Amino acid sequence: MIKVNNISKSFLGVEVLKDISFTFEKGKTNLIIGKSGSGKSVLTKCIVGLFEPDNGEVYYDDRKFSVLKPKEKKEVRKEIGMLFQGSALFDSLTVEENVAFPLRMFTSMSESEILERVNFCLNRVNILNNNSLYPSELSGGMQKRVAIARAISLRPKYLFCDEPNSGLDPVTAIVIDELIQEITVEYQMTTIVITHDMNSVLEIGENILFIDNGTKNGKVIRNKF
Amino acid sequence: MIRSLGKYVLMLYHIFFRPEKFSVYWRRFLDEVIQLGVKSLFIVTLMSAFMGAVLVIQTATAIESAWIPDYTVGFTVKQSMLLEFCPTIISLILAGKVGSNIASELGTMRVTEQIDALEVMGVNSIGYLIGPKIIAALFIFPIVIMYSMFFGFFGGGLVCYFTEIISVKQYLLGIRTFSGDNYEFIKYALTKTIVFAFIITSISSYFGYYLKGGALEVGKASTNAVVYSSVFILFANYILTQLILI
Repeated sequence: MIKVNNISKSFLGVEVLKDISFTFEKGKTNLIIGKSGSGKSVLTKCIVGLFEPDNGEVYYDDRKFSVLKPKEKKEVRKEIGMLFQGSALFDSLTVEENVAFPLRMFTSMSESEILERVNFCLNRVNILNNNSLYPSELSGGMQKRVAIARAISLRPKYLFCDEPNSGLDPVTAIVIDELIQEITVEYQMTTIVITHDMNSVLEIGENILFIDNGTKNGKVIRNKF
Repeated sequence: MIRSLGKYVLMLYHIFFRPEKFSVYWRRFLDEVIQLGVKSLFIVTLMSAFMGAVLVIQTATAIESAWIPDYTVGFTVKQSMLLEFCPTIISLILAGKVGSNIASELGTMRVTEQIDALEVMGVNSIGYLIGPKIIAALFIFPIVIMYSMFFGFFGGGLVCYFTEIISVKQYLLGIRTFSGDNYEFIKYALTKTIVFAFIITSISSYFGYYLKGGALEVGKASTNAVVYSSVFILFANYILTQLILI
């Protein structure tokens, strides 16, 4: 579970987020929706610690993020997987090296264990036999799936997806949406998806925060039928 | 200005944080040695050989006199190459090649959120991306400059051999003449090179890492990296020369 309390953030005197509070639930696909420029990405960056909020607090399962020591913050970050809008795969690394990156950096797994885990993650997102390709050689949809594989390689407790459907055709967008929802349930993660795609809202949204002009404008809890 | 200096100092401070995993950083260091040093050897060879060749012709033409022995040409070429041409001119060339490469690489990583991805994972992105570049440059640039000295002399020798502007024997004699100070001169050249290596990599990394914007800004960062690195190299060259040689 991730809880945000009274988050505010300004840039050069312009208030982008105004007093936002919300609870993102575990095992559910939580959505942050709103039109472009409403502050969705800024809120997410405040939650993951890329921006420091001017006011308010972020709690990761009762751990108050702002008061944690740098070492403790690092530990929290190891529990976070993030899928960026443009995938943010490392250009100079192959698909396999991209997915293996967090494992090589933060675990003491042997190379064979790393390879096994990498192949498991890539299989999970249906990327087969493309281990030696570079990100520039992949389609947009494949890049997104590799980015998801990298995000889940360390078995994160929290998954953030910044507009996972942007630049994708409707069919691939649905595939990515379904994949995110499946792994959320499978790994019982707290998943936060930022989107302005109403198809995604209808397809996977369970706990929805609607932001308009930097303020919380509504909360929807949707029961699936 | 002060804000930029503060950010630059903070960037350098972050480089010295303990690496998350030494083996990953070691691999990055080796990659950077190849990227910054080995891949620059072709242009360095070309530049050095032609500089040596042109210096021989210019010196021989300028001091054409019965009173001045031929080996003076070799001696002048040696002094010029060791003291100035190899460490400074080659470093300026490297500032263009390596500096723009570093700034555009890091700038593109910033624009495409790859640096954010590292930060979210909990990786010290400055330490991981910039640290190995600086350390690799400090290690490989002196080697590249010594390599450049060799090819500078070699280029001069080739001109002597093919044009007979002076004999190769006289040229080699000139290079060996007054060699008592050679060790000091090489030490001076390598000290300068180490300072220049630091200037090139740290300034270029600064412009790339803190880039804001898109593709247009990547181009600007690349240009700024080369311009600022070159200007600081020239300043440092003057200060170091005054400090060490006088």
